[in-house]
Amino acid sequence: MEVPNDLLYTREHEWALVEDDTVTVGITDYAQSELGDVVFVELPNVGDPTTQNEAFGTIEAVKTVAELYAPVSGEITDINTKLEDQPELINKDPYGEGWMIKIKFSDKSELEDLLKPEEYKNLIKKD
Amino acid sequence: MGNTKKTALYEIHKKLGAKIVEFAGFYMPVFYTSIIEEHRKVRSSVGVFDVSHMGEIEIYGEKALEFTQKITVNDPEKLEVGQVQYSAMCYPDGGIVDDLLVYRFKDKFMLVVNAANTDKDYQWILDNKIDDVEIKNISDKITLLAIQGPKSRDTLQKLTSINLSEIKYYWFKEGKLADIDMIISRTGYTGELGFELYISPENSERLWNKIFEAGKEYDIAPVGLGARDTLRLEKKYALYGNDIDKTTNPLEAGLGWIVKLDKKDFIGKDALLKIKSNGIKRKLIGFITEGNTFPRKGYNIFKNNTIIGKVTSGTFSPSISKGIGLGYVDIAYSKIGEKIFIEIRKQKIKAEIVKTPFV
Repeated sequence: MEVPNDLLYTREHEWALVEDDTVTVGITDYAQSELGDVVFVELPNVGDPTTQNEAFGTIEAVKTVAELYAPVSGEITDINTKLEDQPELINKDPYGEGWMIKIKFSDKSELEDLLKPEEYKNLIKKD
Repeated sequence: MGNTKKTALYEIHKKLGAKIVEFAGFYMPVFYTSIIEEHRKVRSSVGVFDVSHMGEIEIYGEKALEFTQKITVNDPEKLEVGQVQYSAMCYPDGGIVDDLLVYRFKDKFMLVVNAANTDKDYQWILDNKIDDVEIKNISDKITLLAIQGPKSRDTLQKLTSINLSEIKYYWFKEGKLADIDMIISRTGYTGELGFELYISPENSERLWNKIFEAGKEYDIAPVGLGARDTLRLEKKYALYGNDIDKTTNPLEAGLGWIVKLDKKDFIGKDALLKIKSNGIKRKLIGFITEGNTFPRKGYNIFKNNTIIGKVTSGTFSPSISKGIGLGYVDIAYSKIGEKIFIEIRKQKIKAEIVKTPFV
């Protein structure tokens, strides 16, 4: 299971790529493989606020549905509109074309609550 | 989960990269690549399922027919040797112990039951046993493969001299395929042309490999339990534990056609006669939802602002790319065309009761 070294992770299996004051967010390879075929993602709108550890959307797979949790508090600055028609990108390329939202974060210290790659690897080992 | 069993094909599933989960006491593949792809493979060509977790219970003896009559709601006397019947066992109150297949052999009946119910069913059968019958639970001695899809017959025909076209729907033959002794049954849980093969576990890998060689030209693929569920749901085949259980009876589940109330005594008959004469209060219906959120087991079904039932099975349908589901609703709102709502995460999603099967 791929766990890139340049990302941070939530306990709910989202990843966050930090660039300046913004994080790009998606779900991990592990999460997509657990969910199976993604058939729909419900994302917020640009400008909506997010709160760390609270749901920002839902993801529908064939057999199950899961909530998506924000890794940081802030404001949505971009969403991946491609996912509307091609939700399968989340399965095919979870860390690339399957990204979901960008958040401009309001409190940099929240990043410290996120898991380092090693910590996330341990988390999914236990599952 | 310490006692979780593995089927004889477990190592093959692992090697193929299947996602494996614990289901009904077994480590089973949910999908190998993708539920949607596997689903479409079965609808368009041919797929192979390892369903060795299913239970098989044999009934021997002079009174095997009489006993099978007593414990099942359908009429096994109508079966000829070589024929299969869909049936159910009920409790005295009409609730369902399990739904099952009844196979008639020259010297025995074989009941094929749901994996999660095998122990319960076996005990139920022993508890109700009559003299002069012998009961054997042979579940651990059987590998069961389901080969399903429009190309299933062409695939298997390459491996046997038995003319598979002569095996009619819900009939079986005993014989050799890939040089292995087996029961070849024209049955399945997908609604497609298909066969189920019962063999001894030591031949499992050899048979699996032969079938994949034979099916290569049809792009044959292994299929997991995920697609097994979406395939059966599109055909409105009931799943025990979801759509039927001890709190539901066959009449409200739309299985009245397997209940032979005019046959001699059987367990549950009195209760079912009463339910029939009083009229059922609720009914298992199929519905399609609008939009991109999908129904799941346990969601409430509404008519206006009143709860009229609960979803028992729900999924995204790979064939029609919409949400489909089953659920029991108050009989007053059970007609085809009825507009209902499914409550999905506090939102009420529009849905309509439709004719089933969905596909």
